Amino acid sequence: MANSTTKEPLIHITKRGLLPWYGAWGIRGGAILLALIFCALVTTVVTGQNPLSVYVTIFNASFSTQRRTWVLVQNIAMLLSVSLALIPAFKMKFWNLGGEGQMLAGGLATAACMICLKDVFPNWAIILCMIVGSIAAGALWGFIPAFFKAKFNTNETLFTLMMNYVATQLVAFFIIIWEVPKGAGKIGIINQQTQIGWLPVIGNYKYLLNVIVVAVLCVAMYIYLGYSKHGYEISVVGESERTAKYVGIKVSRVIIRTMLLSGAICGLTGMLLVGGTDHTLTTSITGGRGFTAVMVAWLAKFNPIWMILTSFLLVFLQRGASEISTVFGLNQSYGDILTGIILFFIVGSEFFIQYKINFRHAAGKEEAHV
Amino acid sequence: MDNALNTPAAVEMRNITKRFGSVVANDSVSLEIRRGEILALLGENGSGKTTLMNMLSGIYFPDAGEILINGQPVVIKSPKDAFGLGIGMIHQHFKLVDVLTAAENIVLGLEGKMDLKEAAKKINSICKAYGFDVDPHQKIYDMSVSQKQTVEIVKVLYRGADILILDEPTAVLTPQETDKLFAVLRSMRDSGKAIVIITHKMHEVEALSDRVAVLRAGKYVGSMLTKDTNAQEMTNMMVGRAVTLNIDRPVPVNPKPRIAVRNLTVRNEEGVVKLENVSFTANSGEILGIAGISGCGQKELLEAIAGLQPTESGSIVYIEDNGQEEELLGKDPLRIQEMGVALSFVPEDRLGMGLVGNMDLTDNMMLRSFRRGHSLFTDRKTPHHVAENVVHDLEVSTPSIATPVRRLSGGNVQKVLVGREITNAPSVLLTAYAVRGLDINSSYTIYDLLNRQKKDGVAVVYVGEDLDVLVELCDRILVLCSGRVSGIVDGRATDKRQLGMMMTRIGGQENG
Repeated sequence: MANSTTKEPLIHITKRGLLPWYGAWGIRGGAILLALIFCALVTTVVTGQNPLSVYVTIFNASFSTQRRTWVLVQNIAMLLSVSLALIPAFKMKFWNLGGEGQMLAGGLATAACMICLKDVFPNWAIILCMIVGSIAAGALWGFIPAFFKAKFNTNETLFTLMMNYVATQLVAFFIIIWEVPKGAGKIGIINQQTQIGWLPVIGNYKYLLNVIVVAVLCVAMYIYLGYSKHGYEISVVGESERTAKYVGIKVSRVIIRTMLLSGAICGLTGMLLVGGTDHTLTTSITGGRGFTAVMVAWLAKFNPIWMILTSFLLVFLQRGASEISTVFGLNQSYGDILTGIILFFIVGSEFFIQYKINFRHAAGKEEAHV
Repeated sequence: MDNALNTPAAVEMRNITKRFGSVVANDSVSLEIRRGEILALLGENGSGKTTLMNMLSGIYFPDAGEILINGQPVVIKSPKDAFGLGIGMIHQHFKLVDVLTAAENIVLGLEGKMDLKEAAKKINSICKAYGFDVDPHQKIYDMSVSQKQTVEIVKVLYRGADILILDEPTAVLTPQETDKLFAVLRSMRDSGKAIVIITHKMHEVEALSDRVAVLRAGKYVGSMLTKDTNAQEMTNMMVGRAVTLNIDRPVPVNPKPRIAVRNLTVRNEEGVVKLENVSFTANSGEILGIAGISGCGQKELLEAIAGLQPTESGSIVYIEDNGQEEELLGKDPLRIQEMGVALSFVPEDRLGMGLVGNMDLTDNMMLRSFRRGHSLFTDRKTPHHVAENVVHDLEVSTPSIATPVRRLSGGNVQKVLVGREITNAPSVLLTAYAVRGLDINSSYTIYDLLNRQKKDGVAVVYVGEDLDVLVELCDRILVLCSGRVSGIVDGRATDKRQLGMMMTRIGGQENG
């Protein structure tokens, strides 16, 4: 007993002061570099491939042709859009995991307008209906869990998650109703001949409209959260409901209002997917973005501008992963493993930004970074 | 554990340094703790007392320096190591499991077979030796605050501690309970234990300790025998300059009824009656003190007035200068504000209710005023100026206006909160434990601020726990006892004995 207490602990962890920005980014950059080296090692050992050519392939997946770059940008825009929808809720500490369902609700409303109104209204009115309808549907999908949270303090994580399944089943139901041709089990391209309800294309760039909409949304969200009274109320409710009540903020009203907004933007994203790019409706049209967006938001610490970077990172890695699986004949899972390793290093680096590790006898002299 | 003369000090800390990020909490502190002695560790908020003691009890590990126990260098990596060396710390916030009995709590976490019968026997023998009164089979939730504290003390003694550290042990006790605690501490000292007590109350230091050691801004200033010094000198050492230790109490000028509470009854969420038939009036230009054992309805009373607590029956009216009455009950804080009632409230839970810890000073100043104007956007310029003024006027020590308030020390957090609440020129100012955990210097700043509000004609309600202060500061004192009004006394004509009696029994003694 006496002996065991005479030794200094091997490592002891202390909290850092505020790092200057270059220190924090140095650590993050170092983490990515280390992750790449580690991935290279794993690649060589496990698959016998040359890691450099694997990296080149990952890069090419996004940048080798103009078309690929446009696909990359479109995917970033869609992912960013959902992430932007989630952060007002997240800042309020309302864990909205229902992005998928809210997007599907918006997409369903869009498809309904395109299919059912095509012979009734002129094209511009249909597009207007799509916009209003998708926003309303997404907002409704956000409102339901918010209402129960505000009135009965139900768990929003489970509730929003469950709402995803409801939305998926609803979409599956309507796909059978609208299927073309009968018995196909899918809708196919909606209004392929007439292009009714298709969002206009700017110049020759199919995806440009989506990108512009999301860019505007991004700046608007940055201002809304940082400088508006609503944004301030959201922060106060998120930090402490008791403080909010103490200064007379109506907490349930803020919860419902914010989730209406969150759901509405998800719904709008669904509209951009259905009306802008895919022109069809499937149960998997969201591509899991409702969940990936959670990671985008957290990695950027809910900052809309940083989220451009983190959504780029995730989309870039995803596309690279699927590319190497085809080029090298590797399993698709292998790409996901690499993505996982890189994300692990990035998330892990946050620890070293907050804390410093001191080794025995070296306390104060050497500091371990990563 | 030999107690011969000339043995080395129980604890010797040499050049201990501890940093938290860029903040140096302890800067090369050397301190000796001796057996058979009660050492009072003094210092302002943020001077590093608790940090220093936490390193002794294994919660933190020092960045530099060494610790010797009985002359032997040791390394304390965890609370377990500390127990192994006979060091026990009683924290400000009790760490007991409510649904377990005293004995179960005491043996919790110990290795080896759990024999509650044996444990109860040992507990009883400890209690007999020092004059404690603990029933080993009583559940913690059935106990009063002072009983819980006793369990904490027995817990560390049970583990064989002969070096005891108590962090502000009297903050939650009545004067009678404090006297009992002090008697126990003295008897432990006499049996050769080393005792360290951290406290802000000077009269306790003088009454109890043998020696005082003073820290200032993380540095060791010095130590001296208590009998050779006095409160004034100790305070000057802590603050680093001469301070006056008198609380001002100007005579109220033209007091008029401002808030009238009539037959107020409040039940909490579990349906337990927290306030029963409470009636009183708070006057403008006067400080009304509210005394009582903690949890006797003080919180509910203030929150009911502030519009935060649902009530069962009764009324709370705001009386304007022309005598017009307006009912406040059933209105939320926003409605009360919109009615034009300038009601300010400094709640007990500063960072959980009064302020937002993760926001900076400007954003915290905005909490009350952000709705002003019709713009959709917030105006941060005005609150920024308010923050600058508060920092300047109240001498808040903060790295900048943009620092999150949770990074400030307790005293500075309180100054920010009080500063914000008085900028709106209130006509009623409710304060709950405004100086809890604050050092002498900050406390006097707060008393001063309250007095200034009083002179400006504000009706000040001061819920306090230090009876010495209540008796010196307040014009009238309302004593609560289990949610009922035990009596309202003249602050100039009462003493803390009487208040203590009234706190435990309605009306106190026959003549109360």
